[in-house]
Amino acid sequence: MGSIASFAQVFIALSNMPVRLDERLIIKPVLSLGYLVLLILPFAVGYRQGHQIKREGVPTYAPGPNEVVGGFLCGALAGGGLSLLAVLLTHFDLREPLVNWSPILLDLLAFGNATWFAAVIWLVIGGGMGAAGGVLRLLGPRSRRAVVTMVLVVLGVAVLESLVVDLAEGLGLEPLTDRLYARRGGVNWPSAVGLAVVSGLLAVVGRGRFRQARTRVSELEGAKRTQANVGLILLTAAVLIVLPLFAGKLTNELLANVGLFVLLALGLNVVVGLAGILDLGYVAFFAVGSYSAAVLTAATSPKIAPEMPWLVALIVVVIITGLVGLFIGAPVIRMRGDYLAIVTLGFGEIIRLLFLSDWLSGWFGGSQGITNIPAAGIFGLTDVAGTDPRRVFYLVLAFCALAIYVSWRLERSRLGRAWMAVREDETVAEAMGINTVNVKLLAFVVGAVLGSFSGAIFAAKVGSVFPASFLILVSIVILVVVIFGGMGNIIGVIAGSAVLIGVLGGPKQPGLLAEFSEFKLLIYGALLIWMMLARPEGLIPSVRRTRELRQHEMAQDAWLRGEVDDDDGGNGTGGASSAVLP
Amino acid sequence: MNTGQPDPAAPSGPGERGAATPLLEMRSVNAHYGAVHALVDVNLSIYQGELVCLLGGNASGKSTTLKTLLGMLKPTSGEVVLDGEVVNDKPTSYRVARGVTMVPENRRLFKRLTVRENLDLGAYLRTDSDQIAADMEQIFELFPRVKERLNQKSGTLSGGEQQMVAIGRALMANPRVLLMDEPSMGLAPALVQQNFELIQQIHQAGLTVFMVEQNANMALSIADRGWVLQTGRVVLDDTAENLLAHPDLQASYLGTAEQ
Repeated sequence: MGSIASFAQVFIALSNMPVRLDERLIIKPVLSLGYLVLLILPFAVGYRQGHQIKREGVPTYAPGPNEVVGGFLCGALAGGGLSLLAVLLTHFDLREPLVNWSPILLDLLAFGNATWFAAVIWLVIGGGMGAAGGVLRLLGPRSRRAVVTMVLVVLGVAVLESLVVDLAEGLGLEPLTDRLYARRGGVNWPSAVGLAVVSGLLAVVGRGRFRQARTRVSELEGAKRTQANVGLILLTAAVLIVLPLFAGKLTNELLANVGLFVLLALGLNVVVGLAGILDLGYVAFFAVGSYSAAVLTAATSPKIAPEMPWLVALIVVVIITGLVGLFIGAPVIRMRGDYLAIVTLGFGEIIRLLFLSDWLSGWFGGSQGITNIPAAGIFGLTDVAGTDPRRVFYLVLAFCALAIYVSWRLERSRLGRAWMAVREDETVAEAMGINTVNVKLLAFVVGAVLGSFSGAIFAAKVGSVFPASFLILVSIVILVVVIFGGMGNIIGVIAGSAVLIGVLGGPKQPGLLAEFSEFKLLIYGALLIWMMLARPEGLIPSVRRTRELRQHEMAQDAWLRGEVDDDDGGNGTGGASSAVLP
Repeated sequence: MNTGQPDPAAPSGPGERGAATPLLEMRSVNAHYGAVHALVDVNLSIYQGELVCLLGGNASGKSTTLKTLLGMLKPTSGEVVLDGEVVNDKPTSYRVARGVTMVPENRRLFKRLTVRENLDLGAYLRTDSDQIAADMEQIFELFPRVKERLNQKSGTLSGGEQQMVAIGRALMANPRVLLMDEPSMGLAPALVQQNFELIQQIHQAGLTVFMVEQNANMALSIADRGWVLQTGRVVLDDTAENLLAHPDLQASYLGTAEQ
C-alpha cells in the first residue's frame, strides 16, 4: 500500500502538478493546492492501513496504537518516494528522461532549503500524515465526523472561492468574503481556523439530524413519499431559478456549462445507461446539433439563405440530428460489444472530419468554422445573447428540465424496459418478441436528439462553431461523466456533471479549479479507477444498481457465515436498499 | 395463458394425429451456419396439448431447431409452419405474438431487473392489461415464491427460484406452445426433478410443451413423444415408451451410433 502510494507521489511530483498548483493558495500562507496534492496520499494510506487489517478477517478487531504506527509507517513510505526523488534529482542528471523536472520542483520539495532537508522532511511529513490518518481511525465515529467535516469545509470553502465570492457579491456580502479570503486568493489563516471550529461544532450538534430526516423520508409511504419528493424537486428548481439572479457572470457561466453537459450526459445515459450501447462517438450528435443550428441561423453561414429564428431552427435541428442518428445507427446497431464501440468511435471522427473537410467547406466553412451565430431568441421574449450567461443558463435549465422529464418517463415506459432487457441479454430480449434492432435504433435517436439540444444552445451561446470544438475528447468526457455519476441514473448523471465539469472543467471550459485543467485527464483517469474499485455503482447510484450490488454482497456474506442455505441465497436482503436513496 | 382451461380433446400420441393440423411444424428444414450444415431435412410436428421432447447430444442441432422455430435463424430450405401458416419470413415478434414462446437454456433472466420487470417483459407484446394482471396472479398461484420475490433483483434469486421466474416470464406471453431449451441444465439434481414436475404441471394445465433435452431418461419419463437428433438429422421418431425401450437410444444420444 505504502509503496504504491510512494510511486504515485513521485508520479504526481514529476507530472509537475505541484509546481503549477502552487500558485493557488488554499489557506494563506500555510498551504497551497500544490502541497495539498502531495499531502492527501500519505494521509489516505495511513487511514486505509487500519482498514486493511480489519478486512483481512480478524473478527474481533480492536483499534489500538497499531493504527497510528501502521499509518505512520505507510505514510512515511509514501513520503519516502519524494525523499528518494529529491536525492536522485540532485545527484544524477535526470533531465533527459524526466521532462517535467525543474529546479522549481526541487525547491518546492525542499521548502527552499538544501536537498537533504527535503529528503528528511518528506519522510516526516509523510509519516505525520499517515499517523494522522491512523489517529482519525482511532477516534470515535462522532469525533471522526467532526474532524472530517472540519477539513472538508475548509477545503471546500477554499476550493469554491471564486464561486463564493461571486455569489457574495450578488447578495451584497462582500465584507464577509473580504474577511474570509486573502487578497491573492486562499482562505486567511484565522478565518480557516474559525471555519474549522464552526463547522466542527455544527457537525457535532447536527450529527444524525440529516440522517434522521433521510430515514424519515424513506419511511414515508406512497402518496406522502411522492409529496416529499415533489417538494424536494420544486425546492431544487426554485433554488436554480432564483440563484442566477444573485450570481455574477462567473457562476452563471459555470452553471450554463454544467447544464450543457448535463444535457449531453442525459442523452448518452439513454444510449449507454439504459440501452447498454457503448457509444464512443457521441460528440457527433453534439457537433451535428451545433453545426445545423449554426448553418440555419447565422447570416454568415455560406449556404442556406433564409435565416431562421433560433426556436424554428431548433425544430429543424432536431429532425436533422434524428435522421443522422438513424443514419449512423442503422449500420452500427447490428454490431455488439467491442466492435460497436470501435465503430461509433470511427463515426464520431468521421463527422468531425466532414465538418473540417474542404469538400464541404462551402457549407460548414472548413477549419474556419461558422462565426457570428446570432443569439437564441424565443418569441422575442428573451434574447439569449452569448454575452449574457444568465439568460443562457435559463435556456439551458429549461432544456435540462425537459430532458430530465423525458428521461424519467422513458425509464419507466415500456420502451425503457425493452432497452434494459436488450442491455441485459439481447438474445433473450429478442426471444421475448422485442424488435431489438428498432429498439436500439430508437435509443440512438433519442440520445442524438438530446445531444442536439445541447449542441444548438452551445452554438448560440458561443456564437461560433469550429471542428476543433468537437474532438473525440468530448465523447470521452461525457462518458466519464455518465460512468462517474452512476450509469442509468438521472440524479447521478447530473451530480457527475456538476462535479467533473463544474469543479474540474470540461474539455474546453474551465471549472472552478482552473489550475487543474492541465491535469484534468490525469484526474479523470484516477477518479475512474478509484470509482471502479470503491463504488462501481457510481457517485449517486440508481436504487436499482445498489440493490443489485449490495444484495449480492450481502447474500454472499450471509452464505459465508452459513446463515442461509444455498437455495435461499438473497433472502431477506431486500431491506438493504431502502436506506440508500429515497 | 391457457393454464386455466385444460383441453380434454388434445391428441397425445402419434396415433391420434388424424386430420388435425399441427400447432407448430417443421417441414424438411435445412439450416446452415455459414458452411456448417446444422439441420438436415428435419421434420417435426407438435400438436395442441402435447408434451414432446427433442433429444440429442452436444452440437446435434437442438438449439438450432429452437432458434429456427422461433425465427432467430432463417432456414435455408424447408418450411416452418405455425398453425397452418408458413412463417419462414416472419420475425420473432410475429411468432411470439401468435403464441410461440421460449424458456431459454440456463434460464437467462434479465439479472439486474427485478422479478416484476422480468415478468412484465414476458408480456411485452401484449396490450390487454387486465388479462396480463390476471395472468400474473395465476403465476403467483403457481409459484407463491415468485410473489415474495417480486421486487428483488432476479439475479439474486436461487437457481430454483430463477427457473420459476423464467417459466413465469414465458407464461406471461400467453403462449400456445412453450419451447423449453434444456430445462435440466445447470441445476442441482433435486431441482431438476422439481423442474420436470413443474413442466408436467404446466402441461397438465393444458399447455403444449416442446422441450429440448440432453437428459433423455428424465425427459422421456414425462413426454408423450420424442425425436432424437444427431448431427442435424432426426434419427429416431417415436413415442416416449418406445424410445425408452429402444436399444439404439443411449448409443445415438451419446453420439456413438453408426451413421
